[in-house]
Amino acid sequence: MTPQLELTGIVKQYPGCLANDHVDLAVMPGEIHALLGENGAGKSTLVKIIYGVVKPDSGEIRWDGHPVRIDNPNAARARGIGMVFQHFNLFETLTVAENISLGIDPGHDLSELASEIGEISTRYGLPINPHQHIHDLSVGERQRVEIIRCLVQHPRLLIMDEPTSVLTPQEVEKLFETLRRLAAEGCSILYISHKLDEIKELCDAATVLRLGKVTARCTPAEETPKSLAEMMIGSELPVTRKASDGSTAEAEAKLEVRDLSLPSPDPLGTDLSRINLTVREGEVMGIAGVAGNGQKEFLSALNGERRVADAGMIRIAGRDSGTSGPEERRQMGLAFVPEERLGRGSVPEMPLTLNTLLTCYHKDLVKSGFIDFAGIASRATEIREKFDVRSSGIEAEAKSLSGGNLQKFIMGREILQDPEFLILGYPTWGVDVGAAATIRQAIIDLAAGGTSVVVVSEDLDELFEICDRIAVIAEGRLSPARTTSETSVEELGLWMSGQFEAEVRDAA
Amino acid sequence: MQLRLEPRQSTSRAMQYASPLIAAGLTIIAGIGLFGALGTDPFLALYTFFIQPLTSTYSIAELIIKATPLLLCALGLMVGFRGNVWNIGAEGQLTIGAIASGGVALAAYGSEGPWLLPLMLIAGALGGMAWASIPAVLKTRFNANEILVSLMLTYVAIQLLGHLVHGPWRSPEGFNFPETRTFGDWGILPILVEGTRLHAGIFVALAVLIAVWVLMSRTFQGFKITVAGQAPAAAGYAGFSAKGVVWVSLLISGATAGLAGTVEVMGTIQQLQPVISPGYGFAAIIVAFLGRLHPVGVLLASLLMSLMYLGGESLQMNMNLPLAVTGVFQGLLLFFVLGSDVLTRYRIRIIRDAQPETH
Repeated sequence: MTPQLELTGIVKQYPGCLANDHVDLAVMPGEIHALLGENGAGKSTLVKIIYGVVKPDSGEIRWDGHPVRIDNPNAARARGIGMVFQHFNLFETLTVAENISLGIDPGHDLSELASEIGEISTRYGLPINPHQHIHDLSVGERQRVEIIRCLVQHPRLLIMDEPTSVLTPQEVEKLFETLRRLAAEGCSILYISHKLDEIKELCDAATVLRLGKVTARCTPAEETPKSLAEMMIGSELPVTRKASDGSTAEAEAKLEVRDLSLPSPDPLGTDLSRINLTVREGEVMGIAGVAGNGQKEFLSALNGERRVADAGMIRIAGRDSGTSGPEERRQMGLAFVPEERLGRGSVPEMPLTLNTLLTCYHKDLVKSGFIDFAGIASRATEIREKFDVRSSGIEAEAKSLSGGNLQKFIMGREILQDPEFLILGYPTWGVDVGAAATIRQAIIDLAAGGTSVVVVSEDLDELFEICDRIAVIAEGRLSPARTTSETSVEELGLWMSGQFEAEVRDAA
Repeated sequence: MQLRLEPRQSTSRAMQYASPLIAAGLTIIAGIGLFGALGTDPFLALYTFFIQPLTSTYSIAELIIKATPLLLCALGLMVGFRGNVWNIGAEGQLTIGAIASGGVALAAYGSEGPWLLPLMLIAGALGGMAWASIPAVLKTRFNANEILVSLMLTYVAIQLLGHLVHGPWRSPEGFNFPETRTFGDWGILPILVEGTRLHAGIFVALAVLIAVWVLMSRTFQGFKITVAGQAPAAAGYAGFSAKGVVWVSLLISGATAGLAGTVEVMGTIQQLQPVISPGYGFAAIIVAFLGRLHPVGVLLASLLMSLMYLGGESLQMNMNLPLAVTGVFQGLLLFFVLGSDVLTRYRIRIIRDAQPETH
């Protein structure tokens, strides 16, 4: 059988980085093929080459057995290649049908298109109303719009880039059903993910990339998540160990949130409504939930970037702190790792030294208004060594680091402040497996030393691994917190869709 | 077909230093074409524009005199531009600085002493700061755009100066000319070189240069401004107050612009007149960017801009070329300098696509 898509000897050289080094890849018709690899392994470059965004330096692309050139995404779509990006390209104020009509060749009748959308949505189990506005849709529904946008063009290859990071476990199951149905009809699927159990469940074949080279090809069903991870990082996976048995119920409450309500200034943002949370000394508290349910708003209220109306809504170490800003909260021992690394957690154009100063300024690094350059250099060096940050040195600009290394740097910068409270937004999002393990271990060790930690994450496996208790945020409200050993993925998944009202009433 | 400007992966150091030379070369070539087409001797014209202003002590002194207010304004603007605070009204702050220091000199008329000189400098800086604090208040309280507010206040300031010199402050011995008394001896900056107009204002500018350099490269406050400019979200995350940055930037640029107006009236004009600046405050915006928002770059750029003023005058006077031609030539020079600067950091990509992009 001829592969639907066959790449041979693809090379793409960027200045200072060989992104793809003679990559071969074959995707059979109707096959769900996983593309696996750490951050910076060359997955996205390869996908961009297939979708016509990037031109390879050499190598051959065969489509249906014939050599082809794909000059731009239009050419890719014309050949039947569709792609669903990790970040959606949808206009919030337009309807589903209008958005989809923008993505395809002009000349479509909008009402015809709407009925076609309805047909596709029933056929593939992607319920959506073509006349609804995007801003009314959940993230999962928006992803459906993106998928339907590809399906109206009858693709023969669908590329999915990390599709499940925004979905609840139940939505993931539905997505998998859709993908399996598509594959059964002969459409090939190239599936990019770092969630190994998903790949094991869904994919027929996998190609593993490391440092731009193909290092393994396998059948995921025959592998374990551990063996898949080891193929990706090329060495044995470090194991995180929990220091304590997780019993912190008796410890002192260090961080308390009481009836926190905060309307969002952004009309498309999420209002926080009556959030209650207590984090004890040495406890790791997980906040699960689907992206866009108020995580960002909650994090900025905890950090102090957005002050709340009543100081008593947030108590840090017994002090009413709701109206203090980030600088004051840092003085009280709060450290914070934001969800965006570049541009928020770090200044892209500044070296690591100055990025150290960004949040360590209260640690004796500013003397009567002047920057202590020797001090920040030695601190940056310490972060770099203790957290194994790979960079060309402490003068390297933040933007020159890979996502995982930058995250290790930011984590290190915050952890080495010996915080009493550590607030983490998506600590391992997009970080490679090896670095993620290092980061998780650092969180556990820090809590063992008495620090209270709040972790906001979409990765349930991660939360189960490191948290003592887990709560779920949905539509700006927070569920009761459950001890990790007493809850399940199913329960949290249900809560993610907002169904914890009964529990809230019981608890009250 | 589409042209697109995209950032280069890495900027070549050699090209960064060569870019001014390339710009100079291109300007000369274009100048030869321009002056040749006008029927004048292109080489003589180029000599008159670039070299003649540098041939005598007097003209070199003039070069420095004109560079001084440009340098002062641009140093302050540079601080704000680094922090994404767009003060376009340095011309107005310069005017108010001149009014404030001139007012002090007039008030002290007849009873002056050595204290007047520093007092006038302080008054001028405070005047500029006061004027710049109006856009700062409106920006931080009502989120009013500082570009518009500071620009419009420039015209208010110029009208205010006109009102004062035509009315209440007009010199009683001035035969009804719209100008104030000439300042007393202690209200005038000392001349540095006999036979020229070169005054001590340049030392004020150099002192400000060092202060700005230290501020931006050594102090935490300068760091906050740079972070706020490069990554506002990171500044919010770190807890640096965005309003604080707006205030500090506007007050600093107001103070330096006010000082520019002050040294101009204390050194060059020695009284208040309806017009005290040929647009130094606006030209300083170009100077700040031409100097790549760095103090030393700004110093060099202010000298270049000053040379353009003098070269233009010298073309008009010695070769009888019209003002418009010198304006075109000055524009060409800036075009090449900024163009080669952009092209060292960006490259032009030609995109040919048969079908229009759909999204």
